[in-house]
Amino acid sequence: MSGSQFDWAAIDQDPRFQALHKKKTTFLWGLMLFSIAYYFLLPVGAAYFQDLFKIKVWGPVNVGILFALSEFIVAWAIAAIYAQRANRQYDAMAAEIVRDAKNIGGSK
Amino acid sequence: MERHTPLFMGTAALLASGLACAGAGAVADEYKWMTFAVFGAIIAITMYITFWAAKQTHTTSEFYAAGRSVTGIQNGWAIAGDYLSAASFLGIAGLISLYGYDGFMYSVGWLVAYITVLLVIAEPCRNIGKYTLGDILAFRNHPKASKTVAALSTITVSTFYLTAQMVGGGVLIKTLIGIDYYVSVIGVGVLMLAYVVFGGMKATTWVQIIKAVLLVTASILLVLITWSQYGFSLPGFLNAVVSDPKVQAQVAKLVGDAATTMTPQELGQRFLEPGLFLKSPIDQISLGMALVLGTAGMPHILMRFFTVPTAQAARTSVLWAMGIIGGFYMLTLFLGMGAAINVGSSVISNMDPGGNMAAPLLAQYAGGGADSVLGNLFLAFVAAVAFATIVAVVAGLVLAAASAMAHDIYVGVIKGDHASPQEQVIAARVSSVIVGILAIIVGIAAEGQNVAHLVALAFAVAASSNLPAVFLTLYWKRANTYGIVLGMLVGAITAITLVLVSPNMTYPKTAIKDANKVLQGEPAQAAKPAAAAVSASSFACELFALEGCVKSGPAKPASPEKPAKPGAPEKLATLQATLPTLTDIGEIEAAQKDIAKLEKDIKKAEDTLKKMEGQTTSMAGLEEPFFLLKNPGLISIPLGFLMVVLGSLLFRDKRAEDMWEELYVRQNTGINAEGASAH
Repeated sequence: MSGSQFDWAAIDQDPRFQALHKKKTTFLWGLMLFSIAYYFLLPVGAAYFQDLFKIKVWGPVNVGILFALSEFIVAWAIAAIYAQRANRQYDAMAAEIVRDAKNIGGSK
Repeated sequence: MERHTPLFMGTAALLASGLACAGAGAVADEYKWMTFAVFGAIIAITMYITFWAAKQTHTTSEFYAAGRSVTGIQNGWAIAGDYLSAASFLGIAGLISLYGYDGFMYSVGWLVAYITVLLVIAEPCRNIGKYTLGDILAFRNHPKASKTVAALSTITVSTFYLTAQMVGGGVLIKTLIGIDYYVSVIGVGVLMLAYVVFGGMKATTWVQIIKAVLLVTASILLVLITWSQYGFSLPGFLNAVVSDPKVQAQVAKLVGDAATTMTPQELGQRFLEPGLFLKSPIDQISLGMALVLGTAGMPHILMRFFTVPTAQAARTSVLWAMGIIGGFYMLTLFLGMGAAINVGSSVISNMDPGGNMAAPLLAQYAGGGADSVLGNLFLAFVAAVAFATIVAVVAGLVLAAASAMAHDIYVGVIKGDHASPQEQVIAARVSSVIVGILAIIVGIAAEGQNVAHLVALAFAVAASSNLPAVFLTLYWKRANTYGIVLGMLVGAITAITLVLVSPNMTYPKTAIKDANKVLQGEPAQAAKPAAAAVSASSFACELFALEGCVKSGPAKPASPEKPAKPGAPEKLATLQATLPTLTDIGEIEAAQKDIAKLEKDIKKAEDTLKKMEGQTTSMAGLEEPFFLLKNPGLISIPLGFLMVVLGSLLFRDKRAEDMWEELYVRQNTGINAEGASAH
């Protein structure tokens, strides 16, 4: 059913789709790697950098607590950055391809 | 719909019998009616919703995916509801109350997991998926083969998680309200079946939403009450934690001999530093991997993305879920620490060694204490929310397992996708009943079993089996049926096998030794000189108990000579002998409490000895663990990925190659995605 309506290979080759693919791939991989690296800093830091984590900076509040709290902030920030980029850019790019999809590849 | 009337009556009868069976629990007898009233109200509301949802649930799309009519925000709350199981809402607050910083650190991974869901899973799955994990894999891989392995894996993951929820829930409800274990398992089962069978995904979603809202409201209220005493200052609150004698005593207990050289203030500060609970960094990284990659492979979470109308709504739902879940874990920092100073870790761990009673006891304290009406109303409310939580999470899991059985196996594999719409809905309902009844049977059969590792195992299997398959199917051109099947089987089997030989299992020799220690006491120990930290002789030795391995160990300070410790019965006899000589009421009460605790310890140790009699090896036939980590993720996840890659490169699959362009275009654009009106 779906195969008869669209020429998938042609859409895949369309410069607009390729542009979307390239933008998304670099951006997503970057965010993903950063967030995983940042997350694993916490268990690694708690295990191997205990002296750093113990430094008190704000009354009894130490580096470790602030770092754990920062994990929440960073996670939310990554989500917000992605959502903003997707809402503003990717959705519009995808919508344009969708609008034109039936014409790409000379429609079967 | 008359068929709901017996259901209501059944529930009422169940409640009444629950009331009758109620024994000792955290909620005092005279206040139990409050718990039942609150829970009765929750049941009434959810039953009404089920009744309403049932009227709108006729097609498969409505049954499995709520007709794709759930909004992003609603779905965000429902995901949070699915995720904040009793283990995470009572368990993490408990860990924080007993171990401070480590408990809080543990909660971080549960939130970070949603970044994977947001960035790589949610939208593509919405765009190309239909009802199940199997549908996503079958898009370009061989439909029958991929649906079969996907269903197997879905049912495995759901069963592990389900068993943990049923058994953990039964025990929890017994500790909280004193309801008999069997009654609560059957009660949870019957309620959950009603939601799923009649109301399908729509009812399940709304039950999750209601429960999540109640849970978050209760937590915010509790934190407001607890934190307001300190003027909402973080250092002010933590200062109170650090200088609390109960906290200091708990740390002293945890650090052992090292405590002798520390000032009380140092002991208190230690509560805010890492290392009191999570001792092995490699194990933590392994668990972190399982969480961060496993959540995105959990079938009941994946399924939630099929309930929204568009990929944008799927995105919104993850954003809301992250906000709610993250905010909730931040609240647990205050709940846990608040319980540590206001209730005290000895009281908490006395009721439940895992700390699950921290949040309920804090609620009781915040309302005015054990003898106040308001305090008991609060406790009753938290207990009722805990019950609702278990029912809701179990409902989501049963729906996921039933959809794998009915949609993937029956309709997809047996019927070759040629089943009439009516037949599909009947299959869905029948499978829900089967899975639900199995869940009750498993819950009853597994009573008293050690199930704590099952949640970690569910995440490990999801991360090692489902995630590599879904991820590579979506993003790697060369992925194909052979890779998926090989990767999913090897990933799942490795994860399960490693857990079977891990320290999670019960090892009779160690258990007997510990029980004997309680009963007979410990002999005197000579002073020991300080020992430097030992590092394992190789990395493999950190993971496996291989021959010729030197085990790693932390540095130990010199310990002074220790006198012999008497066994519990001996201590009990001494206490009982001194009891009549005491005159001070406070002293008498303390002694009576100690006696009760000792009697409990002795009974537990004797039970262990009786249970373990004649056994020398664990379920897997081992005297001691062969795999040294509690979580297998570190090994099984890379192996799962590797096998998908290997299988895909070694064999060729024409369909997977041909369908790549269509899949990739559709997952990115949403062309031809299953619409909201799909019938």
